[in-house]
Amino acid sequence: MDRRDTIKSLLLGSIAGGVGLSTVPGCKTDDKTPAISPEKVGLYGRNEAELAHDQKIFAETYLTEYELTTVAVLCDIILPKTEKFGSASDAKVADFIEFIVKDIPNHQLPIRGGLMWLDHESFSRFGKSFAEASGPDQIKIIDDIAYPDKENKKPEFAQGRSFFNLMRNLTVTGYFTSKIGIDALGYVGNRPNIWDGIPEDVLKRS
Amino acid sequence: MQIKETPKQYDVIIVGSGAGGGMATNILAKNGLKVALVEAGPFFDPKDPKTQTQLKWPWESPRRGASTNRAFGDFDMSYGDWKVDGEPYTTKEGTKFMWWRSRMLGGRTNHWGRISLRFGPIDFKHKDVDGLGDNWPIGYEDIKPYYDKLDKMIGVFGSKEGRYNDPDGFFLPPPKPRLHELYYIKGARKSGVPIIPNRLSILTKKLNNDRGVCFYCHQCNRSCSVYADFSSGSCLIFPAQQNGGQVDLYTNCMVRSVTTDAEGKATGVSYINKEDRKEYQLNAKVVVLGASACSSARILLNSKSAQHPNGLGNSSDVVGRYLHDSTGAGRTIFVPALMNRKMYNEDGTGGAHIYSPWWGDNKKLDFPRGYHIEISGGMSMPAYGFSYDVTEMNKYIGGELGGYGDKLRDDVQRFYGAIVGMAGRGEAIARYENRCEIDPNTVDQFGIPVLRFDYKWSDYERLQAKHMVATFDEIGQNMGGIPLGDVPGKDKDYGLLAPGQIIHEVGTTRMGDDPKTSVCNKYAQLHDCKNVFIVDAGPFVSQADKNCTWTILALSMRTSEYIVDQLKKQNL
Ligand SMILES: Cc1cc2nc3c(=O)[nH]c(=O)nc-3n(C[C@H](O)[C@H](O)[C@H](O)COP(=O)(O)OP(=O)(O)OC[C@H]3O[C@@H](n4cnc5c(N)ncnc54)[C@H](O)[C@@H]3O)c2cc1C
Ligand code: SF4
Repeated sequence: MDRRDTIKSLLLGSIAGGVGLSTVPGCKTDDKTPAISPEKVGLYGRNEAELAHDQKIFAETYLTEYELTTVAVLCDIILPKTEKFGSASDAKVADFIEFIVKDIPNHQLPIRGGLMWLDHESFSRFGKSFAEASGPDQIKIIDDIAYPDKENKKPEFAQGRSFFNLMRNLTVTGYFTSKIGIDALGYVGNRPNIWDGIPEDVLKRS
Repeated sequence: MQIKETPKQYDVIIVGSGAGGGMATNILAKNGLKVALVEAGPFFDPKDPKTQTQLKWPWESPRRGASTNRAFGDFDMSYGDWKVDGEPYTTKEGTKFMWWRSRMLGGRTNHWGRISLRFGPIDFKHKDVDGLGDNWPIGYEDIKPYYDKLDKMIGVFGSKEGRYNDPDGFFLPPPKPRLHELYYIKGARKSGVPIIPNRLSILTKKLNNDRGVCFYCHQCNRSCSVYADFSSGSCLIFPAQQNGGQVDLYTNCMVRSVTTDAEGKATGVSYINKEDRKEYQLNAKVVVLGASACSSARILLNSKSAQHPNGLGNSSDVVGRYLHDSTGAGRTIFVPALMNRKMYNEDGTGGAHIYSPWWGDNKKLDFPRGYHIEISGGMSMPAYGFSYDVTEMNKYIGGELGGYGDKLRDDVQRFYGAIVGMAGRGEAIARYENRCEIDPNTVDQFGIPVLRFDYKWSDYERLQAKHMVATFDEIGQNMGGIPLGDVPGKDKDYGLLAPGQIIHEVGTTRMGDDPKTSVCNKYAQLHDCKNVFIVDAGPFVSQADKNCTWTILALSMRTSEYIVDQLKKQNL
């Protein structure tokens, strides 16, 4: 096989393989379908034990609907929609978080406890849960926990900050590993290519 | 339990289908021998769409490639990692060893880094230079013809450099450097560290009709579905079968021991079929062990008989000893000049396009032997963990930490591709005391006694790691970069990784001319049992500052040709 044949057969393969794949569908935030559904988990090269593991994880529940609503609100504060690119919800980041806390149980307590911390804060400041608070009120809390506090001026937010850090990390990772996120980033690899060195214009600038 | 005997008689039984076992299968079958290849893992073919991970996107994994099931992530092509279910290993108190096992046809060659370096003339006789360790009973001139054949048979890219201890081979064209590699080149030059094109067994040009050509996806660790990189199955075992070789594959079959007769000669192997959990026996004129250095030592130690009371081939008590892994340490460098990258596809081949071979003069250094440098970085495909703590990077450039929304998006974008990794892979001194042995108290799920490791680094290795870290930081600073994290101190062995962690374990059945101090002769034939041979990294006397697999392959080819010759002469 020469390179051209190689690439041709590959392209065919990936198109054929791609049709049945659920990539990232519409932007309904209330859509409960996970980005990858349990029936489709086999499509990324799993062996039997791994398939069984995935199915087991999909069947479990950890975060409640109530908790997931707050997670979705947070995700969209962290990465809202822009002119060009969809939001964290569009990229189904809450579904990813729902899955990953079951898959990596170390995340469970910090997320669950952090959500309670957030609601407690919101209730004491605005008399409403975080998800029900107004947009501007939500941002007031977020602004207290989204930045480091080098001079230790507001130590009462330290736990909130740790929680937000974790939420930011999971949201960024979930978003930029989704199709929407990879397009937003502009990553153009993972496809047949010919590498002939650094492009001229880039070379000139370096 | 009844042990079932298969009536089939083979010329050769080969245990393990990785680099060493795959090469032996290829050469022996080509020469018309009837071969049984016994492999503990399942069948695997890189082009099977059912198991393929190459070209999958992160979102096709619900965990986005995280390492829950596979230590190097969902898409890495290794069944088994530091842990294999039901097959433990132990360590002696106060010691550490990490043992990677891939249980599948092709073993670790399905996901290895494809760095394919020849050992040089000094590497076989390093005791002559510094008085440490031992010389090999063979020299570069003995193995050179096999390296040459290997280059042409499997294909490796690289460049002729004329460096004495990094011998040139027959190379395919190497890929040009990526942007971060260009920065590394500038930084390393300033420190007087040499840089040459990498040497990877990846086809940048057509080699034959069985294999495709690299299309630059940077995913060799996922195993190449068009066979453009070297894996034992795709490049050695399948071709041997297709070209009329008589090869019977026994997959999911775990060898317990080598069986011997009243004269102490090997008669075959006994194995457990994982599917029915029953024990079987296979017979052959010759047994070839290629189960990987530690697994082969384990099989020998578990093959006790009246004739071989200390385990097969172990009258010297050297089996399992002189175990050594490459040294390793690394640094991560943030290079502000690489911020705000223009986006283009720079995936390239798997691994780095360049590397730095060892350059130092030990007379001026406080440690023996050397290391080479591997480079990583670039605008790679996001996976679980992508851009974790990205806003923290602002502290190096006076930007604002934390935040969300557009600010966060900007941070992700600005810092993407601005991190460069450097890793040293060096030579440890092989020591009698560092070993794997049979744990007297533990068996695996098949009732087979397991290995216990007893391995400690010495200051030779620690000081080498210290030098690595200092060198990487200097090169990083030359690149205008900032090394991330503290410089590891003495309490952290100066950044030296745990024994085993570099996954180049060798030396457990070392070769030598003296049966009292070595396990096999210079053809990797057991001193104590002449129809048993070892074709993995067990026979290595020393590791060199190179990765070991190209030498495993060359030695296996040499041993296999010797077996053919000896069978013809009826010497076995
Ligand atoms: C991530 C990674 C990257 C690497 N990169 C490089 C690199 O760039 N360059 C380099 O030179 N090396 C590299 N290596 C090391 C390289 O993979 C090994 O040196 C090489 O594969 C060893 O070949 P082997 O045949 O000895 O053993 P393996 O490849 O481990 O194969 C051994 C086989 O034997 C089977 N087996 C074990 N026990 C039994 C038993 N009792 N019965 C039956 N079968 C058994 C196993 O299932 C396995 O299939 C890397 C390794 C890893 C993990
Ligand atoms: S980089 Fe080349 S050789 Fe490696 S997997 Fe991709 S196409 Fe195959």
